[in-house]
Amino acid sequence: MREPIVRLAKRDDLKRRYIYLIRVISVLLALFLGSIPIIITGNNPITSYITMIKGSLGIGMGSIASFYFKQTIRETVPLLGCALAIAPCFKMRFWNIGGEGQITAGAALASFFAITYAAKIPHIPLLIIMFLAACVGGGIWAAIPGFFKAKYNTNETLFTLMMNYIAIGIVAYLQGGPWEGRKGTQQIPLFNKNAYLPTLFGLHIGWIIIIFLVLFIYIYMDKTKHGYEIAVIGDSLNTARYAGMNTKWIMVRTMLLSGAICGIVGFILVSGQNHTITSNVANGVGFTSITVCWLAGLNSFVMILISLMLAILTRGASFLQQSLGVPSAISEIVSGILLFSMLGSEFFLRYKMIFRKKGGKA
Amino acid sequence: MNTLVSLLAASCTFATVLMFGTLGEILTEKSGNMNLGVEGIMYTGGIFGLIFTYVFEQTFQSAHLLPSISVAVLGSALSGAVCSLIFAFLTVTLRANQNVTGLALTIFGTGVAKFAGEFMRHKVGGFVTLSLDMKNVFLYSPMPDYLKNIPVIGRILFSQTIFFYLAIVLAIFLHCFFTRTKKGLYLRATGESPVTADAAGINITLYKYLATVLGGAISAVGGMVYVMTTGGATWNETSLSGIGWLSVALVIFCLWRPLNVLWGAILFGALKIMYLRVVVPFFPTELYKTLPYVVTVVVLIITSMRNSRDKQPPHSLSLNYFREER
Repeated sequence: MREPIVRLAKRDDLKRRYIYLIRVISVLLALFLGSIPIIITGNNPITSYITMIKGSLGIGMGSIASFYFKQTIRETVPLLGCALAIAPCFKMRFWNIGGEGQITAGAALASFFAITYAAKIPHIPLLIIMFLAACVGGGIWAAIPGFFKAKYNTNETLFTLMMNYIAIGIVAYLQGGPWEGRKGTQQIPLFNKNAYLPTLFGLHIGWIIIIFLVLFIYIYMDKTKHGYEIAVIGDSLNTARYAGMNTKWIMVRTMLLSGAICGIVGFILVSGQNHTITSNVANGVGFTSITVCWLAGLNSFVMILISLMLAILTRGASFLQQSLGVPSAISEIVSGILLFSMLGSEFFLRYKMIFRKKGGKA
Repeated sequence: MNTLVSLLAASCTFATVLMFGTLGEILTEKSGNMNLGVEGIMYTGGIFGLIFTYVFEQTFQSAHLLPSISVAVLGSALSGAVCSLIFAFLTVTLRANQNVTGLALTIFGTGVAKFAGEFMRHKVGGFVTLSLDMKNVFLYSPMPDYLKNIPVIGRILFSQTIFFYLAIVLAIFLHCFFTRTKKGLYLRATGESPVTADAAGINITLYKYLATVLGGAISAVGGMVYVMTTGGATWNETSLSGIGWLSVALVIFCLWRPLNVLWGAILFGALKIMYLRVVVPFFPTELYKTLPYVVTVVVLIITSMRNSRDKQPPHSLSLNYFREER
């Protein structure tokens, strides 16, 4: 039998230069493919990309520069936060795609305190209560599928996915029902100022919380016993069992943690960003952050980079729509292509292709 | 009574959309590929079905039944096939994670659809919509009058659009394909245990590719049907949202069986439509909308608790197969 034209072998000898090269090529390829829809609208892709970067980072925009830059950071914060939350689950090979619902659940429970107790509790204690409530809300929402996965091996991907829409539905109900402001508006009024997150450098302090979380997740995953247990379960559930780990509890515990962090993101969104809650509070962050988390190889520092990149795309695209009239959906197209090409490029990092030599025989 | 009948008729109309979305995803998942990009695929199916028909109408100035519908199906199915081809290439050939790739596809697909919709709106200078004649083509019901005139059932079951009957035929066809043919057995083997299937000499890659691409094409037709019937043949980028996810839920609810889709889709359709038509006292409409998802969760839990073998997801669902990695 002849040797196949191409066969694959695992790579273990990776030069750093090679990794960077492949990553850069994949990003360039994405930008190249992403320029097709821009050309269709009759614009120059290179100037469009430059406009996007300028618009999102506020380069060369004079006095309003910081406004645009802050918008981009505001976009990054929830994305990064949720990606951090998902990392331990993915390490455990528990496919938590319920970030959307966990954010919403956390935000809802935090909002409960903001709406009912804002006038009765002083500022700082109120914020702490909201923070904890968000952790509990998100944690419970995540622990339910975690529990069933641990106990009955219920498919967690599908379960967490369904939980998203249940959470969103409940908030939609609250929005048009018990928490509705003026009757018929279908809106929850802005919170009492007491429930707002304080600001630093003109930006709500959510970003500081997120920086702490980056460090926390890094230490948790790499330096603690918990993190080690999670890694073992991810590699082999049976090994973990034989080693005497309480795998069921570890699963539920990890989901609690993951949900709690998603809940914190929800808290930041309602208390710092929107100052109210809508059923659309998560706005797709739960889904996008999964791609962020995965592409970063579950590394919390790389996540900063990738979430920033996607945020630049989003903000840049909305700026592009204002200035050149390109539909802002271009950001979703380019993000999609970027994700595709980065996902595809992993293949070349993990495997090497060995081509058949001329006249080669097996 | 009259309200109930019109409610059920509307449920069946909406069920048609879900049937296509779900049947496509069942076909995909049977091969062991879980394509979470259905949402994006149905979006692209919706807009490209509309654009193809629009261009067709502008070029030929005619609104005949068969050509118009074929063009719409072709446009949507093509877009779905292209999207799922990307998915298949990334997950089967390049072995990328299926969940992540699927979500990326959702982002990409909705982006493409919104972009195309906006682009057409600029081109046409207003809403992209079809002529009244063309709209009626898509609402035309093929059943003979004596069936339509049967009380109650006539309005619910025999006054539906062509797509409703197509979906039923497709469901029966898929059922027979999975359970009665050798190729169907091979496909299921690929999804259950690719190692065994591979050892038996089944071309895993081919089956996965074909099932994913065809499945995506079928799902995309669902998006087109929505735009043409419930959506009033006009592009509205928010109205389609969530339908793809609802289809994913329905796949679970139907336990990966095409025949269950027939009644499952009508039930989900009724749950989705009912709040628009009937005001249920003491039960808020927004909570009502979550019912399909709650029901799905319950089904998911019960089947996993019972652990009966024939009611499980395909065993290697969402796992990629690497022959070299054993």
